[in-house]
Amino acid sequence: MRNIQTVAANTFREAVRDRVLYNLVFFALLMMGAAILVGQISIGIEENVIVSLGLTAISVIGIFIAVFLGVALVSKEMDKRTLYALLAKPVKRWEFLLGKFFGLVMTLTVNTAAMAAGLYIALWTVKHPLLKSDAFILVAVYLILLKLALIVALALLFSCFTTPFLAILFTAGIYVAGLFAADLRTIHGVDLDPGALWLMRGVSYLLPNFQNFDVMGAVVHGRGVPAAIVWQATLYALLYIAIVLTGAAAIFSRRNLK
Amino acid sequence: MNRRSIHGVILSAALLAGFACVWKLQKRVDTERAALRFESDELTLRSPAVLKILSLEYAPLMGAIYWTRAVQYFGGKHFAHDQNLDQLWPLLDIATTLDPNLLIAYRFGAMFLSDAPPRGAGEPDHAVKLLQRGIKANPEQWRLYQDLGNVYYFDKRDYLKASQAFETGGKLPGALQFMMIMAAKIAAEGESLETSFALWLDVYQTTKNADMRKNAEEHLRLVKMEMDLRTLDQIADVYEQQTKQRATRINDLAQAGLVSGQMLDPNGFPYVMGELGKAEPNPKSPLREEWLKEKKQRSNEVKK
Amino acid sequence: MGMPQAAIEIENLSKEYPHGFLHLKKKKSLEDLTMRVEDGEVFGFLGPNGAGKSTTIKLLMRLIFPTAGTARILGKSIDDVSMHGSIGYLPEQPYFYDYLTAYEVLDYFARFHRLTASDRRARIEGMLKKVGLDTAKRIQLRKYSKGMLQRVGLAQAILHSPQVVVLDEPMSGLDPLGRREVRDIILELKREGRTVLFSTHVLSDAEMLCDRVGVIVGGKLRGIGAPGELVDMKVQGMEILFELSGAPGNLPLLAKATRTGERYRVQLPETELYAALDALRAAGARILSVTQMKPTLEEYFMNLVEADRAQASAVEVSGK
Repeated sequence: MRNIQTVAANTFREAVRDRVLYNLVFFALLMMGAAILVGQISIGIEENVIVSLGLTAISVIGIFIAVFLGVALVSKEMDKRTLYALLAKPVKRWEFLLGKFFGLVMTLTVNTAAMAAGLYIALWTVKHPLLKSDAFILVAVYLILLKLALIVALALLFSCFTTPFLAILFTAGIYVAGLFAADLRTIHGVDLDPGALWLMRGVSYLLPNFQNFDVMGAVVHGRGVPAAIVWQATLYALLYIAIVLTGAAAIFSRRNLK
Repeated sequence: MNRRSIHGVILSAALLAGFACVWKLQKRVDTERAALRFESDELTLRSPAVLKILSLEYAPLMGAIYWTRAVQYFGGKHFAHDQNLDQLWPLLDIATTLDPNLLIAYRFGAMFLSDAPPRGAGEPDHAVKLLQRGIKANPEQWRLYQDLGNVYYFDKRDYLKASQAFETGGKLPGALQFMMIMAAKIAAEGESLETSFALWLDVYQTTKNADMRKNAEEHLRLVKMEMDLRTLDQIADVYEQQTKQRATRINDLAQAGLVSGQMLDPNGFPYVMGELGKAEPNPKSPLREEWLKEKKQRSNEVKK
Repeated sequence: MGMPQAAIEIENLSKEYPHGFLHLKKKKSLEDLTMRVEDGEVFGFLGPNGAGKSTTIKLLMRLIFPTAGTARILGKSIDDVSMHGSIGYLPEQPYFYDYLTAYEVLDYFARFHRLTASDRRARIEGMLKKVGLDTAKRIQLRKYSKGMLQRVGLAQAILHSPQVVVLDEPMSGLDPLGRREVRDIILELKREGRTVLFSTHVLSDAEMLCDRVGVIVGGKLRGIGAPGELVDMKVQGMEILFELSGAPGNLPLLAKATRTGERYRVQLPETELYAALDALRAAGARILSVTQMKPTLEEYFMNLVEADRAQASAVEVSGK
């Protein structure tokens, strides 16, 4: 437990000192500013635009960070051989992996919170009293964070056994595939034999269903999100992350370092 | 079994159990989200022009994607028995702006935009607009004129324009004789059951799209039923002439030797005689509801 | 029974790598290594690049996994990660997190060793002074030279006072002053009773520091023992260093000598020594020194490398 904490804290510290992160956050805040501008142009739906643009920015930037830094977590340590000295200490490989995971998730949380704060400021500038219904934006942000944690776990998994380039490709690929996983189940107008159909359904359940974390449609229009969706998404994320990290730990534990 | 393989077995079992839980949970999530889904229907990016710019050189690909979304949207709505198809036009509008040569989108859109609910969106004007764009971009496609003619004939009931559409299309190279025949018939008679039947039959026989064929089939059944009812009414008139009274049951006509056996509608239900001595679809037949709706709509139009 | 526990015991340790296009061929980087490092001794691994020294050390540190064989450190299997608390490791060409300062790096690694905060602080400060990085301790590692990084590596390896210290090429990249400092640290570790295993291809360091050396060439252990044992102690001849001004023509010795200015160096069999000395004195030369010629570890080593290469090409030829 202590070891995981130590690695996590160091990972967080690395992300903070890495200037790339600041550029991304700056870019996000820029987007918020643009959202206000765009909101002025499209009269009557300023709030809609700000919220949807803001949430999109948080999501997209978060995904970039999750994929690129997620892959770098392990591969950078392996490439630069910083891992050598570390693994000679009394720390297990899975503890190292979990520490890396939590470190990046913490970073993403802080990042996302900062961007959400920016979003609220933008929203407040446009419509001065913030309503209770605006709190639902936080729900959307929370679900985005769950999604990002899952992407980090996937990036970690792939970086344990392929090159960084391929890991990025696979992670991005699984993300895109996972977005449409739910649609695979309701596909219409396609004639397939039962075997192929069954296979498609199976794959659709196996893939991480990222649509589970999407409530932008409801939140953008100030509508609430049922609690069931929130706790189900949380449970799904925890379960899937656990599976992925277990796989990653198993692979990494037997990996021969260069 | 050494330690390594025991670990392997435990790991595999854990992963399998994990995925089983994921599967179960996902099913619950799907049900929960189904309710949420139709509320958050709307397209985030609406403007076709903006999308065209954003697509860069991938516009045809994006067009295909939006076309696919349109089909999935349509299918999803029908599956959930939801009559609200208000996103169909925006989706098709975008798809055909991104790829003006997407013929199937025009044809599909024409049928399902103009057809009245619950079958379609009930927006014949949008259907016309869509087809006009299609014709402009693909002037050699005579089938688009056929679709245009269908929209004017069935949903806008503008027989002049319908006839003109068939005629213009019929003059294009490769057009079937059918087009000119229909143009003439509609110009002469306006609406008629034979014309309607012929029009739907052609769609039914030539379309490769499953949704469109199914829709054409349903319309054919209705028209066939109307034709049957008309025939039965004519027979009932003959009966009245012969017996000086109105038949109260179809059986009366049968006993008088004017019909042989039961007359069944396309769904297999026997027709019945209504109160006013006019033939009607069987109360148990699913066609009855549609027939009643159609009748009501007609009487509303007449009142106007 | 009664044999003291070895610090490191290695039994039939082997490592094969898949090799070639479809990973079908196997390359043996370490073959059947069996040896012991006794408690409290300084042991040197010698060998050319790619011989298997680093492979052995990485296997011991559980960075890679053996294809066969076992090993124990301080009596515990190398699979036992908790045992790592009692060992220290300096990797080859170390690289650490360059966004951290030396102090932070040492603090990070030290945290895995369950020291109290004050103990940790004291040890880090002490270690930084010992390796001469006290002034640079708040500077980020990205600004460090290779030599400084090596010293950070050494510091993190011995910070927790491990019983066994494993150093992979600890002298590489250091200037002579740096090398002397490392040598001093190794000697200090020995005085403290710790076991030191290090790999190097600088033979003079091995000769100077090690109680025993192991020579690895081509993945196999070729020889193990005290540096003096490995080479034949037989005297191979005598060497005379003398000074002569002018050029007396009648000295046949001069033909065999190498000359640098007025100094000459000549080698001859022991039996001819006194005759030569008389001749030189008669010619008016000034005798500077007379030394025995003994084979060095270097020559022993080079012979082994040559033999291995010959064998390898013989295998290749026969394989064709």
